[in-house]
Amino acid sequence: MVHWSAEEKQLITSLWAKVNVAECGAEALARLLIVYPWTQRFFANFGNLSSPTAIMGNPMVRAHGKKVLTSFGEAIKNLDNIKTTYSKLSELHCEKLHVDPENFRLLGDILIIVLAAHFTKDFTPACQFAWQKLVGVVAHALAHRYH
Amino acid sequence: MLTAEDKKLICQIWGKIEGHQEEFGAEALERMFVTYPQTKTYFPHFDLSHGSDQVRGHGKKVVAALGNAAKSLDNLSQALSELSNLHAYNLRVDPVNFKAGWGLGLLSQCFQVVLAAHLGKDYTPEVHAAFDKFLSAVAAVLSEKYR
Repeated sequence: MVHWSAEEKQLITSLWAKVNVAECGAEALARLLIVYPWTQRFFANFGNLSSPTAIMGNPMVRAHGKKVLTSFGEAIKNLDNIKTTYSKLSELHCEKLHVDPENFRLLGDILIIVLAAHFTKDFTPACQFAWQKLVGVVAHALAHRYH
Repeated sequence: MLTAEDKKLICQIWGKIEGHQEEFGAEALERMFVTYPQTKTYFPHFDLSHGSDQVRGHGKKVVAALGNAAKSLDNLSQALSELSNLHAYNLRVDPVNFKAGWGLGLLSQCFQVVLAAHLGKDYTPEVHAAFDKFLSAVAAVLSEKYR
Protein backbone atom coordinates (compact mmCIF):
# COMPACT_ATOMS: atom_id res chain seq x y z
CA MET A 1 0.00 0.00 0.00
CA VAL A 2 1.29 3.45 -0.89
CA HIS A 3 2.07 5.78 1.97
CA TRP A 4 0.97 9.38 1.58
CA SER A 5 2.16 12.02 3.99
CA ALA A 6 -0.37 14.57 5.20
CA GLU A 7 1.47 17.20 3.17
CA GLU A 8 1.32 15.14 -0.02
CA LYS A 9 -2.41 14.56 0.41
CA GLN A 10 -2.93 18.24 1.01
CA LEU A 11 -0.93 19.24 -2.07
CA ILE A 12 -2.89 16.82 -4.21
CA THR A 13 -6.39 17.58 -3.00
CA SER A 14 -5.97 21.35 -2.80
CA LEU A 15 -4.70 21.56 -6.37
CA TRP A 16 -7.37 19.16 -7.59
CA ALA A 17 -10.07 21.42 -6.16
CA LYS A 18 -8.91 24.12 -8.59
CA VAL A 19 -8.60 21.92 -11.66
CA ASN A 20 -11.09 22.38 -14.48
CA VAL A 21 -11.42 18.68 -15.23
CA ALA A 22 -13.01 19.10 -18.66
CA GLU A 23 -10.36 21.56 -19.85
CA CYS A 24 -7.32 19.89 -18.33
CA GLY A 25 -8.47 16.44 -19.37
CA ALA A 26 -9.06 17.53 -22.95
CA GLU A 27 -5.71 19.27 -23.09
CA ALA A 28 -3.79 16.38 -21.58
CA LEU A 29 -5.21 13.85 -24.00
CA ALA A 30 -4.76 16.19 -26.97
CA ARG A 31 -1.13 16.79 -26.03
CA LEU A 32 -0.56 13.04 -25.69
CA LEU A 33 -1.79 12.55 -29.25
CA ILE A 34 0.27 15.50 -30.52
CA VAL A 35 3.53 14.93 -28.67
CA TYR A 36 3.51 11.14 -29.06
CA PRO A 37 1.62 10.66 -32.33
CA TRP A 38 1.79 6.87 -32.22
CA THR A 39 -0.73 6.98 -29.37
CA GLN A 40 -3.30 7.88 -32.01
CA ARG A 41 -3.39 4.16 -32.77
CA PHE A 42 -5.99 3.77 -30.04
CA PHE A 43 -8.27 6.39 -31.49
CA ALA A 44 -8.68 5.45 -35.13
CA ASN A 45 -12.42 6.16 -34.96
CA PHE A 46 -12.05 9.64 -33.48
CA GLY A 47 -12.19 11.42 -36.81
CA ASN A 48 -9.82 14.23 -37.73
CA LEU A 49 -6.45 13.92 -35.94
CA SER A 50 -4.44 15.32 -38.83
CA SER A 51 -2.88 18.34 -37.09
CA PRO A 52 -2.37 19.78 -33.61
CA THR A 53 -5.20 22.24 -34.28
CA ALA A 54 -7.52 19.45 -35.43
CA ILE A 55 -6.65 17.36 -32.38
CA MET A 56 -7.12 20.22 -29.89
CA GLY A 57 -10.53 21.01 -31.38
CA ASN A 58 -11.71 17.45 -31.91
CA PRO A 59 -14.88 16.96 -29.83
CA MET A 60 -14.28 13.23 -29.33
CA VAL A 61 -10.79 13.92 -28.02
CA ARG A 62 -12.12 16.57 -25.67
CA ALA A 63 -14.90 14.33 -24.39
CA HIS A 64 -12.60 11.40 -23.88
CA GLY A 65 -9.99 13.54 -22.16
CA LYS A 66 -12.65 14.73 -19.73
CA LYS A 67 -13.71 11.13 -19.09
CA VAL A 68 -10.13 10.05 -18.38
CA LEU A 69 -9.39 12.89 -16.00
CA THR A 70 -12.73 12.47 -14.24
CA SER A 71 -11.72 8.89 -13.55
CA PHE A 72 -8.45 10.23 -12.16
CA GLY A 73 -10.57 12.01 -9.57
CA GLU A 74 -11.59 8.62 -8.24
CA ALA A 75 -7.97 7.86 -7.40
CA ILE A 76 -7.71 11.15 -5.54
CA LYS A 77 -10.84 10.31 -3.53
CA ASN A 78 -9.32 6.94 -2.68
CA LEU A 79 -5.63 7.67 -2.23
CA ASP A 80 -5.23 4.82 0.23
CA ASN A 81 -6.86 2.33 -2.07
CA ILE A 82 -5.90 3.14 -5.63
CA LYS A 83 -5.11 -0.43 -6.73
CA THR A 84 -8.57 -1.66 -5.77
CA THR A 85 -10.24 1.44 -7.19
CA TYR A 86 -8.69 0.76 -10.59
CA SER A 87 -8.93 -3.02 -10.59
CA LYS A 88 -11.72 -3.21 -13.17
CA LEU A 89 -10.26 -0.41 -15.29
CA SER A 90 -6.96 -2.25 -15.34
CA GLU A 91 -8.62 -5.39 -16.64
CA LEU A 92 -10.47 -3.34 -19.23
CA HIS A 93 -7.30 -1.68 -20.53
CA CYS A 94 -5.64 -5.07 -20.81
CA GLU A 95 -8.36 -7.34 -22.09
CA LYS A 96 -10.53 -5.06 -24.20
CA LEU A 97 -8.50 -1.96 -25.04
CA HIS A 98 -5.07 -3.62 -25.36
CA VAL A 99 -3.21 -0.52 -24.24
CA ASP A 100 0.51 -0.84 -23.50
CA PRO A 101 0.93 0.41 -19.90
CA GLU A 102 3.78 2.62 -21.06
CA ASN A 103 1.04 4.91 -22.32
CA PHE A 104 -0.20 5.51 -18.76
CA ARG A 105 3.25 6.80 -17.86
CA LEU A 106 3.33 9.07 -20.90
CA LEU A 107 -0.10 10.51 -20.12
CA GLY A 108 0.88 11.04 -16.49
CA ASP A 109 3.95 13.07 -17.45
CA ILE A 110 1.89 15.10 -19.91
CA LEU A 111 -0.71 15.83 -17.24
CA ILE A 112 2.06 17.22 -15.02
CA ILE A 113 3.11 19.60 -17.78
CA VAL A 114 -0.49 20.70 -18.35
CA LEU A 115 -0.85 21.42 -14.63
CA ALA A 116 2.43 23.35 -14.64
CA ALA A 117 1.25 25.48 -17.57
CA HIS A 118 -2.06 26.21 -15.84
CA PHE A 119 -0.85 26.87 -12.33
CA THR A 120 2.61 28.29 -13.20
CA LYS A 121 4.53 29.21 -10.08
CA ASP A 122 1.85 27.72 -7.81
CA PHE A 123 2.93 24.37 -9.20
CA THR A 124 5.86 24.30 -6.81
CA PRO A 125 8.55 21.60 -6.70
CA ALA A 126 6.79 20.07 -3.68
CA CYS A 127 3.56 20.03 -5.64
CA GLN A 128 5.27 18.40 -8.59
CA PHE A 129 6.70 15.75 -6.29
CA ALA A 130 3.30 14.81 -4.90
CA TRP A 131 1.67 14.76 -8.30
CA GLN A 132 4.44 12.78 -10.02
CA LYS A 133 4.08 10.27 -7.22
CA LEU A 134 0.33 10.17 -7.83
CA VAL A 135 0.55 9.68 -11.59
CA GLY A 136 3.12 6.95 -10.99
CA VAL A 137 0.83 5.16 -8.57
CA VAL A 138 -2.12 5.49 -10.96
CA ALA A 139 -0.07 4.12 -13.86
CA HIS A 140 1.09 1.23 -11.71
CA ALA A 141 -2.47 0.46 -10.57
CA LEU A 142 -3.77 0.50 -14.13
CA ALA A 143 -1.08 -1.96 -15.16
CA HIS A 144 -1.54 -4.14 -12.13
CA ARG A 145 -4.16 -6.54 -13.51
CA TYR A 146 -2.42 -7.10 -16.83
CA HIS A 147 -1.80 -10.66 -17.81
CA MET B 1 13.18 13.50 -36.38
CA LEU B 2 13.22 17.29 -36.12
CA THR B 3 11.26 18.97 -38.90
CA ALA B 4 11.96 22.48 -40.17
CA GLU B 5 8.94 23.68 -38.21
CA ASP B 6 10.24 22.03 -35.01
CA LYS B 7 13.60 23.76 -35.45
CA LYS B 8 11.88 27.10 -35.90
CA LEU B 9 9.82 26.61 -32.75
CA ILE B 10 12.87 25.54 -30.76
CA CYS B 11 14.75 28.68 -31.81
CA GLN B 12 11.76 30.85 -30.92
CA ILE B 13 11.41 29.32 -27.49
CA TRP B 14 15.12 29.54 -26.90
CA GLY B 15 14.80 33.28 -27.37
CA LYS B 16 12.55 33.31 -24.30
CA ILE B 17 14.99 31.18 -22.29
CA GLU B 18 18.04 33.36 -22.99
CA GLY B 19 18.39 35.73 -20.10
CA HIS B 20 16.91 33.21 -17.69
CA GLN B 21 19.46 30.46 -18.09
CA GLU B 22 20.62 30.36 -14.50
CA GLU B 23 17.12 30.74 -13.09
CA PHE B 24 15.53 28.04 -15.28
CA GLY B 25 18.50 25.71 -14.93
CA ALA B 26 18.53 26.00 -11.16
CA GLU B 27 14.79 25.47 -10.96
CA ALA B 28 14.91 22.41 -13.22
CA LEU B 29 17.61 20.86 -11.06
CA GLU B 30 15.79 21.71 -7.84
CA ARG B 31 12.59 20.17 -9.17
CA MET B 32 14.53 17.09 -10.18
CA PHE B 33 16.14 16.70 -6.74
CA VAL B 34 12.80 17.17 -4.97
CA THR B 35 10.67 15.07 -7.31
CA TYR B 36 13.19 12.28 -7.91
CA PRO B 37 15.39 12.12 -4.80
CA GLN B 38 17.49 9.33 -6.31
CA THR B 39 19.04 11.96 -8.60
CA LYS B 40 20.76 13.50 -5.61
CA THR B 41 23.09 10.51 -5.53
CA TYR B 42 25.06 12.12 -8.35
CA PHE B 43 25.74 15.23 -6.29
CA PRO B 44 27.05 14.12 -2.91
CA HIS B 45 29.61 16.90 -3.15
CA PHE B 46 27.00 19.64 -3.66
CA ASP B 47 25.04 21.79 -1.29
CA LEU B 48 21.54 20.97 -2.55
CA SER B 49 19.59 23.33 -0.33
CA HIS B 50 17.17 25.78 -1.92
CA GLY B 51 19.05 28.66 -3.55
CA SER B 52 22.40 26.90 -3.41
CA ASP B 53 25.11 28.66 -5.43
CA GLN B 54 26.41 25.33 -6.66
CA VAL B 55 22.99 24.34 -8.00
CA ARG B 56 22.56 27.74 -9.66
CA GLY B 57 25.98 27.47 -11.25
CA HIS B 58 25.36 23.96 -12.44
CA GLY B 59 21.89 24.78 -13.72
CA LYS B 60 23.33 27.64 -15.75
CA LYS B 61 25.93 25.29 -17.22
CA VAL B 62 23.35 22.68 -18.20
CA VAL B 63 21.06 25.21 -19.87
CA ALA B 64 24.00 26.82 -21.67
CA ALA B 65 24.90 23.41 -23.08
CA LEU B 66 21.28 22.91 -24.19
CA GLY B 67 21.39 26.34 -25.76
CA ASN B 68 24.47 25.37 -27.69
CA ALA B 69 22.67 22.25 -28.85
CA ALA B 70 19.66 24.34 -29.87
CA LYS B 71 21.93 26.39 -32.13
CA SER B 72 23.38 23.24 -33.71
CA LEU B 73 20.24 21.29 -34.50
CA ASP B 74 21.65 20.05 -37.79
CA ASN B 75 24.68 18.58 -36.13
CA LEU B 76 23.89 17.56 -32.59
CA SER B 77 26.38 14.68 -32.53
CA GLN B 78 29.27 16.99 -33.20
CA ALA B 79 28.07 19.84 -30.97
CA LEU B 80 27.58 17.48 -28.04
CA SER B 81 30.55 15.23 -28.69
CA GLU B 82 32.60 16.35 -25.68
CA LEU B 83 29.62 16.16 -23.36
CA SER B 84 28.78 12.76 -24.77
CA ASN B 85 32.27 11.54 -23.85
CA LEU B 86 32.00 13.10 -20.41
CA HIS B 87 28.67 11.42 -19.62
CA ALA B 88 29.74 8.05 -20.98
CA TYR B 89 33.21 7.68 -19.54
CA ASN B 90 33.44 10.04 -16.65
CA LEU B 91 30.09 10.93 -15.11
CA ARG B 92 28.31 7.71 -16.04
CA VAL B 93 24.93 9.10 -15.06
CA ASP B 94 22.39 6.37 -15.69
CA PRO B 95 20.67 7.34 -18.94
CA VAL B 96 17.22 6.95 -17.39
CA ASN B 97 17.87 10.31 -15.80
CA PHE B 98 17.87 12.08 -19.11
CA LYS B 99 16.22 9.60 -21.39
CA ALA B 100 13.50 7.18 -20.37
CA GLY B 101 12.54 5.45 -23.56
CA TRP B 102 10.25 7.66 -25.57
CA GLY B 103 8.94 9.43 -22.56
CA LEU B 104 10.77 12.11 -20.72
CA GLY B 105 13.89 11.42 -18.76
CA LEU B 106 13.82 12.82 -15.29
CA LEU B 107 15.75 16.01 -16.03
CA SER B 108 13.97 16.44 -19.35
CA GLN B 109 10.59 16.21 -17.60
CA CYS B 110 11.64 18.77 -15.00
CA PHE B 111 13.02 21.15 -17.59
CA GLN B 112 9.75 20.98 -19.51
CA VAL B 113 7.82 21.63 -16.29
CA VAL B 114 9.93 24.75 -15.72
CA LEU B 115 9.21 25.98 -19.24
CA ALA B 116 5.49 25.25 -18.86
CA ALA B 117 5.38 26.97 -15.48
CA HIS B 118 7.11 30.09 -16.80
CA LEU B 119 5.63 30.28 -20.29
CA GLY B 120 2.10 29.17 -19.41
CA LYS B 121 -0.05 29.04 -22.49
CA ASP B 122 2.91 30.03 -24.67
CA TYR B 123 4.06 26.47 -24.06
CA THR B 124 1.67 25.37 -26.75
CA PRO B 125 1.21 21.73 -27.78
CA GLU B 126 3.31 22.40 -30.88
CA VAL B 127 6.16 23.90 -28.85
CA HIS B 128 5.83 21.10 -26.31
CA ALA B 129 6.15 18.47 -29.04
CA ALA B 130 9.14 20.17 -30.67
CA PHE B 131 10.91 20.57 -27.36
CA ASP B 132 10.25 17.01 -26.30
CA LYS B 133 11.78 15.83 -29.56
CA PHE B 134 14.76 18.14 -29.07
CA LEU B 135 15.46 16.88 -25.55
CA SER B 136 15.09 13.27 -26.73
CA ALA B 137 17.60 13.94 -29.51
CA VAL B 138 20.04 15.48 -27.04
CA ALA B 139 19.60 12.54 -24.68
CA ALA B 140 20.21 10.07 -27.50
CA VAL B 141 23.53 11.74 -28.35
CA LEU B 142 24.58 11.91 -24.70
CA SER B 143 24.01 8.18 -24.24
CA GLU B 144 25.50 7.14 -27.60
CA LYS B 145 28.89 6.14 -26.23
CA TYR B 146 27.84 4.40 -23.06
CA ARG B 147 28.65 1.04 -24.54
